Amino acid sequence: MWFQQVMFFLAGAGALGGAIGVVTLRNPFYSVLSLVAHLIFLAVLFLLLQAEFLAAAQVVVYAGAVMVLYVFVVAYVGGSDEPLRPEGGALRVLGPLFAFVLVVELCIALLGSSLGLIDSPGTDVPAGFGTPAEIGSLLLRRFLVPFEAASYLLLVAAVGAVVLARRRRGLEEQEVGA
Amino acid sequence: MDVSWFLVLSAFIFCVGTAGVLSRRNPLVVLLCLELMLNGSNLALVAFSRMHGDGGGQIFALIVMVIAACEVTVGLGIIVAIFRRRLPVDVDELSTLRG
Repeated sequence: MWFQQVMFFLAGAGALGGAIGVVTLRNPFYSVLSLVAHLIFLAVLFLLLQAEFLAAAQVVVYAGAVMVLYVFVVAYVGGSDEPLRPEGGALRVLGPLFAFVLVVELCIALLGSSLGLIDSPGTDVPAGFGTPAEIGSLLLRRFLVPFEAASYLLLVAAVGAVVLARRRRGLEEQEVGA
Repeated sequence: MDVSWFLVLSAFIFCVGTAGVLSRRNPLVVLLCLELMLNGSNLALVAFSRMHGDGGGQIFALIVMVIAACEVTVGLGIIVAIFRRRLPVDVDELSTLRG
């Protein structure tokens, strides 16, 4: 029990610190690295919640594959430091303020909720909860339609990315000339 | 560990992401902060899944990860297209569509 608590506070502090790093670091490259750390700590939290397959998928797919895409684009676009603009704009002040109000509101809603199980570690789960076998069986039986829809969505996104990033000869010359 | 701890942590992560989306100007960092918001909601989904002992929440989180991957591919494609046309990579200056 105490081991779980220690792990929760370590991983929670890491995940929150990574999240704050993404928002506050000036160089986009460091932001990406901070997000990788955040994702790995989040995977530890998933393990504490007995979502083993999800934790593995998080590390392999998210921190491994998606973040590589980010690193490539940051390297291509040029991870220049964001200049501080003195005039700023109202959103620079209002954004964090809005987020603070939102977190207070969410905490009030969560801690005041009348969900019976919220102050317990959860119901007893069946053996094999969150394992690849369980997830696979759920995906192919109860959630077949969302599974197929997700695969179509990935196909559409891949085709869309290729179309967007393609080098269009005539259009580009027009843009640069104009 | 009580489920409420995880839920409060997910609320904090979500709100840090919200602050980033609202206040950063680099579209790359805005996309990263969107990922943070999705991750916060993912943590809440997995926590509720554990609370009820039902695997449906984990499938939901898995689908959210797929959506995030799609969003990243299309968003990064748009950023690369912006960069190729030598437009400023800055959310505040790309305001042609603003009414």
